Amino acid sequence: MAKEKINMPQLGESVTEGTISSWLVSVGDTVEKYDPIAEVMTDKVNAEVPSSFSGKIVELVAEEGETIEVGNLICYIETEGSSEATEEASASEKPETPVEKDGVGSSDDEDQPMKKRYSPAVMRMAQENDIDLNQVQGSGRGGRITRKDIEKIIASGDLPKADEAPKPKEQVQETQPAKETKEVPAPQAAKQTSGPQPTANEGDIEIPVTGVRKAIAQNMVKSKTEIPHAWMMVEVDVTNLVEYRNSVKEDFKQKEGFSLTFFSFFVKAVAQALKEYPQLNSTWAGDKIIQRKAINLNIAVAKENELFVPVIKDADDKSIKGLAKDITDLATKARNGKLTNDDMQGGTFTVNNTGSFGSVQSMGVINHPQAAILQVESIVKKPVYMNGMFAARDMVNLCLSLDHRVLDGLVAGNFLARVKEILETMTKENTSVY
Amino acid sequence: MPVMSYIQAVTQALHEEMERDEKVFVLGEDVGKRGGVFRATDGLYDKFGEARVIDTPLAESAIAGVGIGAAMYGMRPVAEMQFADFIMPAVNQIISEAAKTRYRSNNDWNVPMTIRAPYGGGVHGALYHSQSVEAVFANQPGLKIVMPSTPYDVKGLLKAAIRDDDPVLFFEHKRAYRLIKGEVPEDDYTLPIGKADVKREGSDITVITYGLCVHFALQAAEKLAEEGIDAHILDLRTVYPLDQEAIIEAAKKTGKVLLITEDNKEGSIIGEVSAIVSENCLFDLDAPVKRLAGPDVPSMPYSPPMEKYFMMNPDKVEKAMRDLAEF
Repeated sequence: MAKEKINMPQLGESVTEGTISSWLVSVGDTVEKYDPIAEVMTDKVNAEVPSSFSGKIVELVAEEGETIEVGNLICYIETEGSSEATEEASASEKPETPVEKDGVGSSDDEDQPMKKRYSPAVMRMAQENDIDLNQVQGSGRGGRITRKDIEKIIASGDLPKADEAPKPKEQVQETQPAKETKEVPAPQAAKQTSGPQPTANEGDIEIPVTGVRKAIAQNMVKSKTEIPHAWMMVEVDVTNLVEYRNSVKEDFKQKEGFSLTFFSFFVKAVAQALKEYPQLNSTWAGDKIIQRKAINLNIAVAKENELFVPVIKDADDKSIKGLAKDITDLATKARNGKLTNDDMQGGTFTVNNTGSFGSVQSMGVINHPQAAILQVESIVKKPVYMNGMFAARDMVNLCLSLDHRVLDGLVAGNFLARVKEILETMTKENTSVY
Repeated sequence: MPVMSYIQAVTQALHEEMERDEKVFVLGEDVGKRGGVFRATDGLYDKFGEARVIDTPLAESAIAGVGIGAAMYGMRPVAEMQFADFIMPAVNQIISEAAKTRYRSNNDWNVPMTIRAPYGGGVHGALYHSQSVEAVFANQPGLKIVMPSTPYDVKGLLKAAIRDDDPVLFFEHKRAYRLIKGEVPEDDYTLPIGKADVKREGSDITVITYGLCVHFALQAAEKLAEEGIDAHILDLRTVYPLDQEAIIEAAKKTGKVLLITEDNKEGSIIGEVSAIVSENCLFDLDAPVKRLAGPDVPSMPYSPPMEKYFMMNPDKVEKAMRDLAEF
């Protein structure tokens, strides 16, 4: 037995719907093909609907008085014959779920034949805004860069520029007492890959580069090729701070429900020093330097093989407790993959807690297009010569990478010295966590 | 605001214009006692009498010719071609006389006539009851061709056509007659002839079309909105002369343009729209200008599967819109 549909027939030109005025059959009735089954009224004609099949009426879908569009179902009729065929047919009618749609998928150049086919609109907008299309990921078919992709980039303000050949600059070696400065060699006009691609040997594992990994790679290449990095480090005596924090941490955790980390004190000190040295809180913009008013601090949060840099907004407005709370929240969100676009946007300076891996010295890659990044290393007990004797002190290295186009050693050094001063004088007496 | 069907809006506009101006009269086959085969002129005969609602012989050339003569003498005839397909015998009158009279007489004479005709397929009407004929008239300066999509536009534009001092061809989609319903103000209003209308704002793709296809595009746009595809839909409303400004603005908005007509593709209205877009929008285009139209075969077939193949529908429109959005 097969269940067939009877639909509202076309009852005349310009008639698009009909009202069932009465059913001439009921469920269970057996009808012959062409027997009238219902009376239908339209604003042009009144007519009887003939049955399209011989069989038994199993369900009246339309009710009397109901208006049905031409072609829509009015009842089901069961006919002799195999029902499997129709079921199969209806199953195969279902459109297959488009699998490839959402994923960036594999994005080898071979899979992106349209990557370098630029429409007139894309060409014009790229020229007007000096955008390097080689660095743009297309969302169109075959990897094509669409006008919308470019509009989004322009709206974000983060324009991928073509590599500018590094200008021959005087090599200024800046050295200051107790600070190390190192010039990073000017980057080659680094094409993403020069020379042949490495190939995998037997037994090697090939790991496809996925979305976040790819974004990290692109950002790092961009930062290192575009920004002339310089580096310096200061050593800070945080013995007092360690004492202070250790004395309140249990109490704090119990009262607030989250930990009071050292990192929040460092973030506080950085926010305060940035207020005094806004040169560090700025960005290179080609023919000008933009000094940001807001102090929005990116913090780096690693998750397996991904790295996120969510933002603490208006860090200068917040107490140490407020910062500790933000850090906890953002880190939790990052680990659970819950970060929103809003959490990621608007950063003006980055503080990286490299000390959490036990690192004592590192050279951060600047979070493009910011002007500097500060790495807070591990706090280590060290013998320090002071007041005519050696003492065991809690020491920490603060490492600063800076955009040498924006900043010179002097201002960066003064900034670091100020951070050092704030941290060394942080005690229970002069600093509240609230 | 009362909701009425597309054809009720036609009837209401005719009633109101005949009441407003006694120079307005209706002529055509079966328009009088019968009230028109589609009931477009329903009630006019009883209300205004046989002198103003004239049943004519089956001679379209005469319907147009009588209308032209009356119009030149100051009347405002509204001539009905029972089906747009039947307009062919009247083409000589319309193109050679109506369209050219003002120009030829150096402004001494003009032809304030409206010719109404139901066009379009999808009604199982086959060869002589399904055609789109607008392209035949769309390179005749002196003519205006209006093809509204909604009851609101029907009323406002038909009134504007009747009041226009030059000949207007007013094509009504016969499938829309009872399919399309919408709000129509009771008061007297006109809409400008020669102005297109944005029926939906969007940022991903631009669809430019007219007539019933506007509704197919709107339906498809609602579906596509769930997939995140945001369509901008421009209803031409007047297909000759075209509203170039609106076309250019709509095309520039997204840079991806889909043009739809149910007419045969080659030589159709949308070919001209495409030319306007490519002349003016090159540096804003993000994809080739696409045309979705009927196949180049002589006419709408009678066989239901073949009619379905020929006729535009929301699925075809949706597919073409998605394809362009993904480009």
